[in-house]
Amino acid sequence: MQARQISVFLENRAGRLEEITGILAKEKINIRALSLADTSDFGILRLIVNDPDNAIAILRREHFTVRENEVITVEIEDHPGGLHDILSVLGRAGISIEYMYGFFERKNQDKALMVIRVESAAKAVKCLQDAGKHLLKAEEVYSL
Amino acid sequence: MTQKKKNHIWNPAAEKMARPELEALQLQRLRDTMGYAALHVPFYRKLFSKEGISPDDIRSLPDILGIPFTTKQDLQEGYPYGFFAVPLKDVVRLHSSSGTTGKPTVVGYTRKDLDIWSELIARLLYAGGVSQEDIIQISFGYGMFTGGFGLHYGAEKIGAAVVPVSSGNTNRQIMIMKDFGTTALVCTPSYSLFLAESIEEAGISKDDLKLRFGLFGGEPWTESMRRQIEKRLGIQATDNYGLSEVMGPGVSYECLEQKGMHLAEDHFLFEIIDPDTGKVLPPGETGELVITTLTKEAVPVIRYRTRDITRIISEPCACGRSSRRMSKPSGRTDDMLIIRGVNVFPSQIETVLMQMEETDPHYQLVITREGALDELEVHVEIKDAFFSDEMRVMNELAARIARNMKNALGLSAKIKLVEPKTLQRTEGKAAHVLDMRRHLKNR
Repeated sequence: MQARQISVFLENRAGRLEEITGILAKEKINIRALSLADTSDFGILRLIVNDPDNAIAILRREHFTVRENEVITVEIEDHPGGLHDILSVLGRAGISIEYMYGFFERKNQDKALMVIRVESAAKAVKCLQDAGKHLLKAEEVYSL
Repeated sequence: MTQKKKNHIWNPAAEKMARPELEALQLQRLRDTMGYAALHVPFYRKLFSKEGISPDDIRSLPDILGIPFTTKQDLQEGYPYGFFAVPLKDVVRLHSSSGTTGKPTVVGYTRKDLDIWSELIARLLYAGGVSQEDIIQISFGYGMFTGGFGLHYGAEKIGAAVVPVSSGNTNRQIMIMKDFGTTALVCTPSYSLFLAESIEEAGISKDDLKLRFGLFGGEPWTESMRRQIEKRLGIQATDNYGLSEVMGPGVSYECLEQKGMHLAEDHFLFEIIDPDTGKVLPPGETGELVITTLTKEAVPVIRYRTRDITRIISEPCACGRSSRRMSKPSGRTDDMLIIRGVNVFPSQIETVLMQMEETDPHYQLVITREGALDELEVHVEIKDAFFSDEMRVMNELAARIARNMKNALGLSAKIKLVEPKTLQRTEGKAAHVLDMRRHLKNR
């Protein structure tokens, strides 16, 4: 249930993000979901791609600073309170969220998807499943 | 691992000479040098006559206090041959400074000057553990810079096998180091770290190399940098010091005790002065190093202000050499930055970064002025292993670097994390400072 997320350290200078998208495009790597956290000096780009191994190797070869983490992807009912349901489950279990970002599924337009980074992905998976929430398998996320 | 050769002294008669005998020799040579300079160098003839100084007035070493200093600017004004005491037919070598701060200074050497230089380099190499058994890779630049040729002839004098690879072309340096079985490396400390980094990147283990000793000079470096170089290259690293204006490398050098650089006191006279007032400081105090040559034929200089900040250690060294020692220069009077009224040396920043495992000692200082206030920004490369996807962790790292800087400098600095290997690696003297205030002034 855990998918591999790639994080890249980025200095805030013009064209740096474009360099990454260019490299990935050239190597035919497809970005499934992404978020960018930034300060005035630097940013952290987080990516989920169709081929994590290849993407990591290519980015390292191009001298980017890359780190890999596990994240979980949970399906959210697309109506008011949908996200709140999920967060309540995690909150009750005492699991704190480092960050999260959402996106839509192409095939299933009435569901939203939320990528969540917690300290212990395994623990979060178990309690969400126990609460009957639907999580996506890694392969499903890579091939969205 | 390496074995210490503590009593490895090239010229025991000179290097272990009893202090009273040494000081008598210095006095004799000082008087000779002054008489010689007055006779052959118009600058000194005019200076002495203007100040009413005669070599006969020098009856003890402290009598030197009455003589005015010679500055870099004086030497520059003499460009190219104004300070030469011999006709060019007696000069066998010319070197010059880079001229980054105005006109270069040109120095010449007679055959005897070169012999003494080689002698002092032989002492330097022995002190650093090197002998005729060694293969010395000289990665100092050969050319107008005194480093390459200076070390070269001393290394030949002791009978070591010299590899005159010069500076640059790091891949070739590493190939030679590995294939030739280099046992001693001579270069700048920052280049040795760059080499260590490149060796690691090439997947070569330090065990594949035969390196045992590193003899580094040409720029100031810190104890923590020494420990890192020693660990990463598996060597014993010693520091050496010199400047072309008085000779080049070999003016002082560390022994394997690694507790300060032994001063070649039979060929130079050393003083420490307050850089602001010009007054000689009491023994052991930190100030600007002033050097008088005692045996130079081609270009004798008297009370030359080196602009290097250091102190002299008078306590005897365990190695048995009788010379006093100088501590690592903490910076140059002209490297010193005054930021919001606080004196800052780039080496202090390097020390802070070396002491943190999350950072490499690669940094750049950017100084700007916001209104009336100086702002110091330190660009620091993060290490791959300490990059986190969590902003909180990265911000904490920046905050911790800022705290450590503040403790060390007594000054708040803005920390900017930058991508690894993006800051300039210099193969010569490290340049880490971008002082935007200068540009503001020039407008």
